[in-house]
Amino acid sequence: MPRARVLIRPKEGILDPQGKAVERALPALGFEGVDHVHVGRLVELEVEDPERLGELCEKLLANPLIEDYEIQTL
Amino acid sequence: MIWGVLQFPGSCDERDALLACERAGHRARLVWHESRDLDGLDGIVVPGGFSYGDYLRAGAIARFSPAMEAVAEMAGGGAPVLGICNGFQVLCEAGLLPGALLRNAELRFICRQVDIVDERSGERLSIPMKHGEGRYYAPEEMLDELEARGQVAYRYAEGHNSNGSVRDIAGVRNEAGNVLGLMPHPEHAVDPLTGSTDGLRVFAAVAQGAFANHGSTKAPGE
Repeated sequence: MPRARVLIRPKEGILDPQGKAVERALPALGFEGVDHVHVGRLVELEVEDPERLGELCEKLLANPLIEDYEIQTL
Repeated sequence: MIWGVLQFPGSCDERDALLACERAGHRARLVWHESRDLDGLDGIVVPGGFSYGDYLRAGAIARFSPAMEAVAEMAGGGAPVLGICNGFQVLCEAGLLPGALLRNAELRFICRQVDIVDERSGERLSIPMKHGEGRYYAPEEMLDELEARGQVAYRYAEGHNSNGSVRDIAGVRNEAGNVLGLMPHPEHAVDPLTGSTDGLRVFAAVAQGAFANHGSTKAPGE
């Protein structure tokens, strides 16, 4: 069955406290110069009909009001 | 007035919601998430908790339950629906209410008594909140529309917006006014023993349809 990967991330401009928390933690570990960290989700799946991935993302995997998604077929 | 209180795997406030309905002078029974049978019910409470483990996003999976499909139909017919905390998240995910709830701005789970203000009357209610994902969000244009139509039902009083909600929004209603969702827990504020009975006013207001068309620029029926 065809495999796919869906990347889901917070929409630009929406406060992403998880990203901020990671960003703030990095300098303490000696990782300077890291900026604009965003934390999202990765969903891997096998799907009979890859044509339906968009609909599947809109309806369940992502909330289009707050998240952007990107589909990669593998 | 007979309320149905939904029960999902992971709900945890349904018992308090039943009690609150009774304290408000109504009757209530539980509705299991797999049931579509809402016969004889006049209104619905979607209670707090962690429906289906809140996997993926809070409320995202619960919205597809048979009970929620029946609730959506009932809401479309104008019946009162009250979503509390996780119930609010479910109603937003289901598209019955505008907006979304995001992780609290400071990432911490918040559990405390807060004051919220009823936008219709200016009344101040003291009600507990307890959530990790309660930061109300909607895009700016949508917020302007909600405000213009009077769909903001409750706001956190000054200094009480600890989750970072946009425009201090604690609760919103749908356009018709029969569906209301809020993050704080009115069902936990129904007994003087726990400090406040202000939650009863929320149940009464939803039951009476008090939010219907409040603040709308259109006359009813227009």
